[in-house]
Amino acid sequence: MNSLPLVLTVFVACAVEAVEALTIVLAAGLTREWRSTLQGMAAALVVLAAAVAVIGPALTLVPLTGLRLAVGALLAAFGLQWLRKAILRASGYKDLHDEGAIYARQVAAAQAATGGGRRGVRDWYAFTLSFKGVLLEGLEVVFIAITFGDNQGDLGVAAAAAAAAVLAVAATGIAVRAPLSRVPENTMKFAVGVMLTSFGVFWGAEGAGVSWPGNDAALLAVVPAVILVALGYVALLRRTRAAGPPPATAAVERSTV
Amino acid sequence: MSRWLRSFGAFWYDFVIGDDWRGAAVVAVALALTALLVHAASVNAWWLLPVAVIAALGWSLRRATAGKP
Repeated sequence: MNSLPLVLTVFVACAVEAVEALTIVLAAGLTREWRSTLQGMAAALVVLAAAVAVIGPALTLVPLTGLRLAVGALLAAFGLQWLRKAILRASGYKDLHDEGAIYARQVAAAQAATGGGRRGVRDWYAFTLSFKGVLLEGLEVVFIAITFGDNQGDLGVAAAAAAAAVLAVAATGIAVRAPLSRVPENTMKFAVGVMLTSFGVFWGAEGAGVSWPGNDAALLAVVPAVILVALGYVALLRRTRAAGPPPATAAVERSTV
Repeated sequence: MSRWLRSFGAFWYDFVIGDDWRGAAVVAVALALTALLVHAASVNAWWLLPVAVIAALGWSLRRATAGKP
């Protein structure tokens, strides 16, 4: 299979996660203090690197059929979650993801939190905020890069795409020193949801033993089909919403993606 | 330790399953049915998972928007 879809999917997915991690790191660094924030970020990166070093090689020992079944199931479930939220956002049933607003909330919380050091860290709040943000968003990067890379037999390319995305976002963040609120995150999340769901369906079914008509070329039908269905749901929900009375407040749900 | 395990489990549940567990359940059942059809009945059921996923998405969206203006 051509590695372009792999590279693009991993790059866009990882860029979205990196933008979210950057918002948290900037809020901690600019509001509290940079040294503890960078220590937290570095600690999270060490944990993530250890996860990649353990999980990556371990997955190569699993037979490809079993791997595709397990990873396909996980990706399809994970992708459905992304796609569901993206459709709810696009149709107005859920607030759009707004990095500027998230940054403002993080800054307010960081300003209100009490100071104090612990275990050799000057500002424990900045450390933990940065550590958790980078670790949680980074785990999604690791999950996507490893599952796509292992399934395609090209972990190196997936890792390179993930690293390129993280570096590009980090460099932009350092340059502008502000949350990247102009990145079209909602559109990117929609695209990632489509790709995760499509690859999950494709690999999951293959892992269950089916032979896709046209083999790998079936993805060229699966991806557009998922796009069309998702856009169809958006149109349907918009029409339903337009037919009803105006909402008092938009629906808000917990979100990890 | 048990608190740590609970939060670790809760994190992964939220990470993979998210707000609606029904989508993940439909995927799991559809994959099991697909494997059953392929291996026990020799039916190349490539269509089953896409149809199930599309239906699960619609069901989940319907539940999420039901009663909301």
